[in-house]
Amino acid sequence: MSKLPYERPFIQKLNTGSMNKFGTKTEFAPVTHLDGVAVKQISEEYGSPCFVISERQIRRNYQNAVRAFKTRYPKVQFAWSYKTNYLSAVCNVFHQEGSWAEVVSIFEYKKALQNGVEGNKIIFNGPDKSLEDLKLAVENNSLIHIDHFDELYMLVGLLEGGKQKARVAIRVNMDTGIYPMWDRFGFNYENGQAWNAIIKILAHKELELVGLHCHIGTYMLSANAYATAAYKLCDLALAIKAKYGQAIQYLDLGGGFASSNTLKGSYLQGADIIPSIDDYAEAITSTVLNSNFPQDELPTIILESGRVLIDDAAWLIGSVIATKRLSDGRRATIMDFGVNLLFNAFWYDYKISPAQEFTHHMEDMVIYGPLCMNIDCIRENINLPLLNKGDQVVVHKVGAYNMTQWMQFIQMRPKIVMVDMEGKTHLLRESESLDTMMVLERMPDHLKKIK
Amino acid sequence: MQINKNIAISDSGFIFNPSSGDSFSTNQVGLDIIRLMKEGKKNEEIISEIVAKFSIDESTVEKDLGDFSLMLRSYQLLNEND
Ligand SMILES: Cc1ncc(COP(=O)(O)O)c(C=O)c1O
Repeated sequence: MSKLPYERPFIQKLNTGSMNKFGTKTEFAPVTHLDGVAVKQISEEYGSPCFVISERQIRRNYQNAVRAFKTRYPKVQFAWSYKTNYLSAVCNVFHQEGSWAEVVSIFEYKKALQNGVEGNKIIFNGPDKSLEDLKLAVENNSLIHIDHFDELYMLVGLLEGGKQKARVAIRVNMDTGIYPMWDRFGFNYENGQAWNAIIKILAHKELELVGLHCHIGTYMLSANAYATAAYKLCDLALAIKAKYGQAIQYLDLGGGFASSNTLKGSYLQGADIIPSIDDYAEAITSTVLNSNFPQDELPTIILESGRVLIDDAAWLIGSVIATKRLSDGRRATIMDFGVNLLFNAFWYDYKISPAQEFTHHMEDMVIYGPLCMNIDCIRENINLPLLNKGDQVVVHKVGAYNMTQWMQFIQMRPKIVMVDMEGKTHLLRESESLDTMMVLERMPDHLKKIK
Repeated sequence: MQINKNIAISDSGFIFNPSSGDSFSTNQVGLDIIRLMKEGKKNEEIISEIVAKFSIDESTVEKDLGDFSLMLRSYQLLNEND
């Protein structure tokens, strides 16, 4: 007689008094395939943990965002926010779709050039641009978004007396009714700083003021804040036209559209509360269309969306290392991935699904990573089926800011794989090894021997 | 350490403790273990019965039984006096 399948013994107290009146939503089913490829196959070939990116989902997100804006407004341009995920293969999917590049460091800038983006289609943002960086950006005719007066004067100094011109915009910060206000970047609208910067730029003929930029925050839950932001940029652009007769070519509304991840501490699921891309598009385009731009001087709307375009296009496959019982009786599950790979677990309650069939018994548990530090916690409280050593899980919507903010701490970083449009897998980034880690280290002679 | 003799067990994995009024749900393996405990079986006997019935190795059952006993104790289903 064949033996019965085993499931870890489990007992749970039934609390009739405190049943959730909304009923519990079973937020998962086994996720055995990602974009048609078996999780088992991926981890056999590439190991665990392993990031998996869907080319199809990136293209779908991008095309949907472009549709939302272009059906409402004639001149729209997206610029892929490199910091969100600057794996070159990911960037190139966006560039193939027609996206420009938005960068905030010379590292990202050179990566965009290396990826084949033309210099005049790179937006150079951020507070940290050296004289050398600015020189390169000017030579490539890139769009330089000035963040502070020190940068403005450095750029003026660089170009003074020469024949070169720079195409510039200023970053404007403003009150959009959202707290916290991101006023550490750019020039303030309300106190007149932005207007001062504009006057200074217009006084220098080697600077060509082509645009106005803002980035009002990230994971913005209010589409209306974008209407306010667009209104204030339009107001500045129209004032420049009225006073100086110069038309502004583009308004860059930055990024910040929310992805459908759930913020920590939020009672409602992210997907139930975030505005849709159409809501954001409507708020921005209707504001610009209702401003008093002459039809032939409508500015291009630029968007630097990051997380909304990539979060749900990547998963992390991981495995259970061990299960434990904490002193207070709670179950703890230790995974082979932690905050080293999922930096954004500090803000998001990532959805996690088992990757194999499971029985109907569920358990509340804490999910820890493998690091020897207390803060390495992925979910403080999650209800999942009984998991055992070696079981696999899939973490959803991890595409934004994890593969750039991950840290090499204790563990080395794993492989990143892409599933292409035909369901074929491609390795995008090798896992780190002791050798790759040691490439940058140097050993003084007197420390070479330890005996 | 023994399971409280007066607890009621249903075939579907429903457990009732009349002395506290608490009820619990358990799974097949949990149910088998509680039944074996009620019969007064020792840990080693319980482990070998589980290994005989389910496709699992001994050390896993030993580890899981330890964890399960902790839970039984925290739910006051074990008789601490013996
Ligand atoms: C200037 C700028 N643009 C775009 C982005 C992308 O933001 P998000 O991923 O929220 O769309 C950021 C991110 O912080 C940013 O700082």
